[in-house]
Amino acid sequence: MCAMKRDEAEALIQEVLEVYPEKARKDRAKHLTVNDPNVEQAKKCLVSNRKSVPGVMTIRGCAYAGSKGVVWGPIKDMIHISHGPVGCGQYSRAGRRNYYTGHTGVNTFGTMNFTSDFQEKDIVFGGDKKLEKMIDEMETLFPLNKGISIQSECPVGLIGDDIESVAKKKTKETDKPVVALRCEGFRGVSQSLGHHIANDAIRDSVLPRRDDDHSFESTPYDVALTGDYNIGGDAWASRILLEEMGLRVIAQWSGDGTISELELAPKAKVNLLHCYRSMNYLARHMEEKYGLPWMEYNFFGPTKIAESLRKIADLFDDKIKEGAERVIEKYQSEMDAVIAKYRPRLEGRKVMLYVGGLRPRHVIGAYEDLGMEIVGAGYEFAHNDDYDRTIKEMGDATLLYDDVTGYELEEFVKRVRPDLVGSGIKEKYIFQKMGIPFRQMHSWDYSGPYHGYDGFAIFARDMDMTLNNPCWDKLQAPWKKVA
Amino acid sequence: MPTRQCAIYGKGGIGKSTTTQNLVAALAESGKKVMIVGCDPKADSTRLILHAKAQNTIMQMAADAGSVEDLELEDVLKTGFGDVKCVESGGPEPGVGCAGRGVITAINFLEEEGAYEDDLDFVFYDVLGDVVCGGFAMPIRENKAQEIYIVVSGEMMAMFAANNIAKGIVKYASSGSVRLAGLICNSRNTDREDELIEALASKLGTTMIHFVPRDNDVQRAEIRRMTCVEYNPKSKQSDEYRALAQKVVDNKHFVVPTPCSMDELEDLLMEFGIMDVEDESIVGKSVEADQATA
Repeated sequence: MCAMKRDEAEALIQEVLEVYPEKARKDRAKHLTVNDPNVEQAKKCLVSNRKSVPGVMTIRGCAYAGSKGVVWGPIKDMIHISHGPVGCGQYSRAGRRNYYTGHTGVNTFGTMNFTSDFQEKDIVFGGDKKLEKMIDEMETLFPLNKGISIQSECPVGLIGDDIESVAKKKTKETDKPVVALRCEGFRGVSQSLGHHIANDAIRDSVLPRRDDDHSFESTPYDVALTGDYNIGGDAWASRILLEEMGLRVIAQWSGDGTISELELAPKAKVNLLHCYRSMNYLARHMEEKYGLPWMEYNFFGPTKIAESLRKIADLFDDKIKEGAERVIEKYQSEMDAVIAKYRPRLEGRKVMLYVGGLRPRHVIGAYEDLGMEIVGAGYEFAHNDDYDRTIKEMGDATLLYDDVTGYELEEFVKRVRPDLVGSGIKEKYIFQKMGIPFRQMHSWDYSGPYHGYDGFAIFARDMDMTLNNPCWDKLQAPWKKVA
Repeated sequence: MPTRQCAIYGKGGIGKSTTTQNLVAALAESGKKVMIVGCDPKADSTRLILHAKAQNTIMQMAADAGSVEDLELEDVLKTGFGDVKCVESGGPEPGVGCAGRGVITAINFLEEEGAYEDDLDFVFYDVLGDVVCGGFAMPIRENKAQEIYIVVSGEMMAMFAANNIAKGIVKYASSGSVRLAGLICNSRNTDREDELIEALASKLGTTMIHFVPRDNDVQRAEIRRMTCVEYNPKSKQSDEYRALAQKVVDNKHFVVPTPCSMDELEDLLMEFGIMDVEDESIVGKSVEADQATA
């Protein structure tokens, strides 16, 4: 169980809140709580998806990040235009490590930055003419692109640039989907709205394109793999398991994904959803419109993988059920060896997590497989339904923190002294300088994949090399050491 | 004498550009060195001085050249009647882009290029109708126009607009040195117009600096793309503009305005019979509903 007792954890939250002025304290108090796994609904103990308090150094991103960076960006055979000044596209270029195959610049465009590079005159006279011109140029220079998305940066919304009519015109001219997204960064409270906007655009502009096309030859074993962005190859490590158990993955969203996979997904028999937060809107839509059932699964760590494979197999016939057992059996000895090697080196270590909208709950099982314990978890942009799912996964009296501020997270870590902190690049060096081992859990710290059986072996190795790195006991100067 | 920078605001169509250019022409005639900065995408603030249809604007030339940094001051500055220097900020067609940003960019360009450093006596900013966003407040921000003249007439909406502009001035006056310098009444021949505008002026804490009567000479001059002062210098109307110019030169009454509430303004209009005494029972009633109750 957790190192802290309930009353200690509650006192810690109160103490951390104390420095805030009255109004901020009242606001932030609603986002911090001590977990009770018996609570049915998160809304009874925690508030989420609210505007951040100005001045507290929130770790959140923006709607553009959610739409361009997360949902659309990984679709590899489309060109994604960052419409607006150059910075948003350039500073986020190729940073998310959503791997893909293909020839970049020829038939895939994932790590390239396409931007309309707004100048003063584009603000004053509007950027729509430039946008049209750049789409024409892209058609000439990159004729193998399968479509274009126009991702709005803030100024586009401020000047009311008419990107919709450009998209409409160019869709007609090119006979490819040209999709306009109103994902200006100032909209909403976090990147979460960007996911929603991106989902809605796929719903409206992409999925209907094959509504009347029944030429696709389907099988009873067709599934869509959604909400996997292939960070460090995650989706690949997931996909092989589904295929090994006898399923056919006809759409992979959106990591290493293509526009035709987007269009094909409604023709699947089941939609398997990994990141609920960023793609549940489309899962619900496809269920409603196409009668496509969907299921959340978790491919972090052998326990959750086996659980998920069986749950997936339950939706199919005996052939697939046998397939699932065969897959679990096949990897069992490999997993046992990984656990036998790393568990003794990691057993009992405490972890605090602060990530986006899925991983703080999804990776818990993987840590537990290694004998580690999650003592605190929080999300940047989760909603109540995410916390509903988290409460059950977390131990009693553990810390839950929503949209945590830089100050709060530091204070929590200072007091709880976990053996490992898992969060993002902005947090990394702060905690490392505090002498606490750290892993980036957005980008897998330039490693991965972490999904699937193959991913777990890498995950276990990475946690070990981070936690048991010899550097941590060299932080004190030799002359300051007590003899 | 340091350059006096003045901004002219007022409801759209009230006659700001015409009044400004005639006033400037009168100032120039008396030997003053003046510059007009048009801050309206329509770019019609300098045509009477330049005898031109529409001057090339800073923003349009910047767009053609690549960026505003590629422009030289002499590219954008034209000289017209009485050696008045003319420049238009310009901006987009209606419905696209951001005209406010155009004004900001253009004025920054003029400052950086030292357009104001010449031994000018006056700079006049002729600004689009309402102060709809931050861009159109640019001329009254720090180190720009210090004096604001509001062109107004005895019509209800013109007075509402004047009051709203006064509100905008309060915001910048409290943080800077911009002041309301007076109302210029551009007559529409409504009843007791002069008294009404004087009453409004006193409510706003300022004065009606001049009452410009309506005269067809102004329209005749406009057809010829000229100011009245240039077209018919001997006319009575030209003397009116000369009088206005002299009052502006002599003006020392610069105030932080005291805009009134909607109720106060309506009371004033009722007092002068421009608005009927409010009858709550007719609010929101269509003709049909009115007839039904009658």
